[in-house]
Amino acid sequence: MTEKVALLSHVEAINWNRIPDEKDNEVWNRLVNNFWLPEKIPLSNDVQSWNQLTPEEQELTMRVFTGLTLLDTIQGTVGAVSLIPDAVTPHEEAVYTNIAFMESVHAKSYSSIFSTLCSTKEIDDAFRWSQENENLQRKAQIILDYYQGDDPLKRKVASTLLESFLFYSGFYLPMYWSSRAKLTNTADLIRLIIRDEAVHGYYIGYKFQRGLEKETEERRQEIKDYTYELLYELYENEVQYTHDLYDGVGLSEDVKKFLHYNANKALMNLGYEAMFPSSVTDVNPAILASLSPNADENHDFFSGSGSSYVIGKAVNTEDEDWDF
Amino acid sequence: MPIPVMMEGDSTSTGVAAQPDSTCASLIYFSSVSGNTHRFIEKLGIEAGRIPLRTKEETLQAQRPYVLIVPTYGGVSGKGAVPKQVIKFLNREENRNLIRGVIGAGNTNFGETYCLAGDVIATKCQVPHLYRFELMGTPDDVSRVYEGLEEFWTRQLQSRK
Repeated sequence: MTEKVALLSHVEAINWNRIPDEKDNEVWNRLVNNFWLPEKIPLSNDVQSWNQLTPEEQELTMRVFTGLTLLDTIQGTVGAVSLIPDAVTPHEEAVYTNIAFMESVHAKSYSSIFSTLCSTKEIDDAFRWSQENENLQRKAQIILDYYQGDDPLKRKVASTLLESFLFYSGFYLPMYWSSRAKLTNTADLIRLIIRDEAVHGYYIGYKFQRGLEKETEERRQEIKDYTYELLYELYENEVQYTHDLYDGVGLSEDVKKFLHYNANKALMNLGYEAMFPSSVTDVNPAILASLSPNADENHDFFSGSGSSYVIGKAVNTEDEDWDF
Repeated sequence: MPIPVMMEGDSTSTGVAAQPDSTCASLIYFSSVSGNTHRFIEKLGIEAGRIPLRTKEETLQAQRPYVLIVPTYGGVSGKGAVPKQVIKFLNREENRNLIRGVIGAGNTNFGETYCLAGDVIATKCQVPHLYRFELMGTPDDVSRVYEGLEEFWTRQLQSRK
């Protein structure tokens, strides 16, 4: 890094008994409740499954995870930290410090996976690949440049796109393995990361929208155009990166649908309309089910005759969840 | 039958909104200050009653059968999935008696708790969980819910004859 991240010049003692934006408190609590560490996941149960992957599949998996490590490292050491000087409330600052720390936990988790499953030489090779892959480095550089720019709203856009879009070319693979009953413990760990990133993207996107409300119509248009342009630039690069990784195993087209689907969600987190039509966001149902067991079409009462609907009994509800 | 008009509870609308404590709408929803579900309702263009944002406020009273749209914020093991404001609304027996279906909003990133509030309400109130959508919904979600609700109310009327 050539430039320093700006620091706050003035700080006041944070009073959690006066909270101007209740969303700060709500998200803080949610993040704290979601807290986890990789040591809690029995990754060693995946050793046997790992050994059943072909050398090519193993190499792909390691490359994907080093790519994800790089993004989490950026978000932990630069991204979330760069949002602190723009925070409107001290509680928002505190939430960013939580996000930054959790990104460092995510980055470290991949090393836990590596040390459980791979040899030192394999790990070093994979990290070398991540340093040398042009498209991975390019996506890191695009984002880093915006974090060092001087526009707070643009920083939030870049950050939300990282949290809600750029991770997903990588997240696809553990969901794919899991749908085939492979590396299922690793997938459990990745699901925890996916859950965290959803809260991060939601929160940064929310703060972006609050900031945007205060701007002129002209400036709002500028930011909107910028957002779609940046997404498109990142998307084109992401497609190349996807081909670099997945062509060998023939999954690129499937991954691209997952990219479109998540690009739409990233835009929605920023309060913008989805960009990709449903004809290209039809994610493989096995991947969707691996992400969430409730996401399949059988749960759509409207699209069927309705006769197939059975009132669920499987839901465990806590009494305290809802008492009449 | 869905009627496309400006919804009440929209702070930017003027004049004619009904009293905040009572609604004749056949669609009722909750949306936090982040406004994802509110945006979905705006896109839908159907008259809808909004459950007050603050639990301290008096809750809404439904006047006719309705479908509830409720978001789920990711929690661990689904504890506290149903927003407090929605619990307060459904704790009124008159409101529970008029619910006919629920639509869940959420994010598949939350895995097993995706749209869980909708599941909890469907189970407790013995009504179908009609549809799930993510965040503020895609244009496809909007048209499917619009058409789905129309068909749903038609079927409800027919089954009453």
